[in-house]
Amino acid sequence: MAGTALLGRLTWLVAEVTETVTETPRVRTLILDVDGWPGHRAGQHVDVRLTAEDGYQAERSYSLASAPEDPPALTVERLDDGEVSPYLVDEVVPGDRFELRGPVGGYFVWDADALPEPLLLVAGGSGVVPLMAMLRHRAAAGSTVPAKLLYSSRTYEEVIYREELERLDGRGDGLEIVHTLTRAQPPGWTGHAGRVDVDLLREVSFPARRAPRVFVCGPTSFVEAVAEGLVSLGHRPGRIRTERFGGT
Amino acid sequence: MTHLDGNAIAGVLEQLFGRDLTLASSRCTGCGAMREVADIHVYRSAGIVARCPDCDTVLFRIVEARDRMWLDFRGFSSLQVRS
Repeated sequence: MAGTALLGRLTWLVAEVTETVTETPRVRTLILDVDGWPGHRAGQHVDVRLTAEDGYQAERSYSLASAPEDPPALTVERLDDGEVSPYLVDEVVPGDRFELRGPVGGYFVWDADALPEPLLLVAGGSGVVPLMAMLRHRAAAGSTVPAKLLYSSRTYEEVIYREELERLDGRGDGLEIVHTLTRAQPPGWTGHAGRVDVDLLREVSFPARRAPRVFVCGPTSFVEAVAEGLVSLGHRPGRIRTERFGGT
Repeated sequence: MTHLDGNAIAGVLEQLFGRDLTLASSRCTGCGAMREVADIHVYRSAGIVARCPDCDTVLFRIVEARDRMWLDFRGFSSLQVRS
């Protein structure tokens, strides 16, 4: 199947790592050069396939972190018992190659030239990755659509893209970023503390009457709590797009 | 084991069907619910099992190996895609 080169047919491509960026102690971004890359939309993901010397294969999905205007990049969090992420986070060096299938998914995507509805993004942990692609796309496209990111991390050190988010927040182009830290807060922390709940959603999200387009990404329990909270605040379920990720 | 969304297996489905299926509407043989494929529950380990979020009926199973795939789509009574 991998050998069929029909036009437009989804096949496995070869990605070469051109640069790596350490985001946090557990998270790394891989910037890729993919021969035959067809371009992507903000929010899409790819499947990565690693093949061991004995032929054993492991496959996982990772969100694209980069704007469609930029080369494909994956941001990967190391799961200590994972089969794929420890390699991608700790071992890969520029010049290494692996197989990749994508970009895929037309559901969890945002295009800057879509209707100018407010954009509400809610991220738990590394669930920020596809939402970051949307924010980078928004900035690259010069969009001034009102946008908010509510981003929950365990600790300050685990906030992915921290400095870039500060820069995006400071552009004065209609984006507001709100952090909450669930496990520990540094001295002088002025953001929120604790999990995202209905009260926090009510305080920081757009009211339902403004009918924002909503994207929620994070661990399953986080996504369900946020989606339920938003529905209880009057947001229509059909306006809320979710992406859950499991543990491996 | 927690579930993912149908969106998570967009790649496998697109490789099989040659198009993005995540926005297709599916009907469950168990309860008749219509759902976007992106919205159904997916469990992934050695293979993929998709279940109806409403009644837990197994919608389909996919096992990928090195050079072939096994498919069982018993739980869809219909699949509607945009032409």
